[in-house]
Amino acid sequence: MKTQKIGAWLAIFFGASYFIVPLIATFEFSLRMRRGEYSFDAYRSVFSDVQFRESFSYSIVMAILTIIFGVLLVVPTAYWVRLRLPQMRPVVEFITLMPLVIPAIVIVFGYLRIYNSSSYIPFTGSARGTDALLMFSFMTLSLPYMYRSVDTAMRTIDVGTLTEAAQSLGASWPTIMFKCIFPNVMSGVLSGAFITFAIVIGEFTMPSLLNRPAFGPYLQLIGANRAYEPPALAVIAFAITWGCMVLLQLVSRFSKSAPSKP
Amino acid sequence: MSANRAIDLKKTAIDWLGITPFLLFAVMFLIAPTLYLVTGAFLNPAGEFTFENIGGLFTDKILASYWISIKISLASSIGGALIGFWLAWAVVLGGLPSWIRSSLLTFSGVASNFAGVPLAFAFLATLGRTGLVTMLLRDWFGINLYASGFNLLSFIGLTLTYMYFQIPLMVLIITPALDGLKKEWREAAEILGATNTQYWTKVALPILFPSILGTTLLLFANAFGAIATAYSLTGSTFNIVPIQLYAQIRGDVLHNPNLGYALALGMIVITGISNLIYIWLRMRAERWQK
Repeated sequence: MKTQKIGAWLAIFFGASYFIVPLIATFEFSLRMRRGEYSFDAYRSVFSDVQFRESFSYSIVMAILTIIFGVLLVVPTAYWVRLRLPQMRPVVEFITLMPLVIPAIVIVFGYLRIYNSSSYIPFTGSARGTDALLMFSFMTLSLPYMYRSVDTAMRTIDVGTLTEAAQSLGASWPTIMFKCIFPNVMSGVLSGAFITFAIVIGEFTMPSLLNRPAFGPYLQLIGANRAYEPPALAVIAFAITWGCMVLLQLVSRFSKSAPSKP
Repeated sequence: MSANRAIDLKKTAIDWLGITPFLLFAVMFLIAPTLYLVTGAFLNPAGEFTFENIGGLFTDKILASYWISIKISLASSIGGALIGFWLAWAVVLGGLPSWIRSSLLTFSGVASNFAGVPLAFAFLATLGRTGLVTMLLRDWFGINLYASGFNLLSFIGLTLTYMYFQIPLMVLIITPALDGLKKEWREAAEILGATNTQYWTKVALPILFPSILGTTLLLFANAFGAIATAYSLTGSTFNIVPIQLYAQIRGDVLHNPNLGYALALGMIVITGISNLIYIWLRMRAERWQK
């Protein structure tokens, strides 16, 4: 029993150093910009960079759009599958897991081939079109997480009874959807939203290959050209991820069921 | 009679109409792009069926990039699985205070999502040529990492970096499985005279085995498809498959678009097989978690 406890503490000590040392090192490095003393110059430099602000706000707008459209796609689908098409559940679940199976770079490769400017649906023919395609690609990336957290939340409510109750009171389909189902799966929606946000903000492959000015490609560009700004940006990115996950935990603590990882 | 049939038909039609947006989305943004690449891998530029592209994968350069990708993914997934299991075991069965468990799980949630470009920056700041750990080792212990042959932009460096998101993912998935080990099983084993080692090798590990192996495969696929971290660490000098494919998409470096499709197909096959086995193993593992 005693050796077991020592082993456990050893594991935690080992794990904690592996995880915390890089964070300390990154923070320390980000303070080194001024020679001979620590300063926040690197952060000042990052925040005053116009490109930083532009790419960061671009990615935030994309994340919000992705969340809105993703929720509007996933919640009605999960609801409908539970209510009317239970036989389709395995198929729908399989599709939502596909983005984990097919690497993002392969998916975007396919987009570039079938939606180029000389195809039937020329998404990449214009900047707005490419933005739309990028948003759809983000929706694809976040689909496994979004679907799973919404579906988990839906498991705890009885959609059939809720729907019948609403119908017998004369509610229309939109009313049922937005006044009855949505509020009940809000915890799942929020969990999915925070994960989506964390994924979209840092995503590199898709915006880079679609040539859109998002935060991920900006990070890569700075990494290739500067010395002290990259660690500062890494600290910022870590803080954003941390924020998203803390919010996620708060949300799932207030609901009965925790979102599960696929 | 026929009126009933008509109503039934209408109902079925409405049922299917409900998931049409989703199916349309799936076809447009998941299935069609993938199918396009898969079929493209079996066509020559003139559009005729051929195995030439698949054969073209078996050249030294491409095989080497698959091999280095597989090596890194294997090393980081096995390493991540072992250490992740050790950590999960420590918080579930090690008798540690409960705040350690909750902080480890929260942290794992963050770190498993902390990948991509910022992770590369973090490791450059840690183990790069002027990174904190490199400097401290030199100043305090007189160990010169880079002179001893270590390089962050190498197999070992990339593996160490990938493990930063692999270990937490393992912790997140395997902790519930360890929680599922029932106390009664241990008690039953002990009453029957089993030692601790016997309990682990004959009872606990066989039950956990599908979860452990399955998660390792998931980690493998996770590392295999990752590009951003490696790309911003090493630029395009390190030839793992995703970086090769990235270069191919940007500028047709293989001088044959259809060979590019074959490269993508190879990736789908590898991540696909490991994910399918993972899903199958997880279904087996769930039998014990009811």
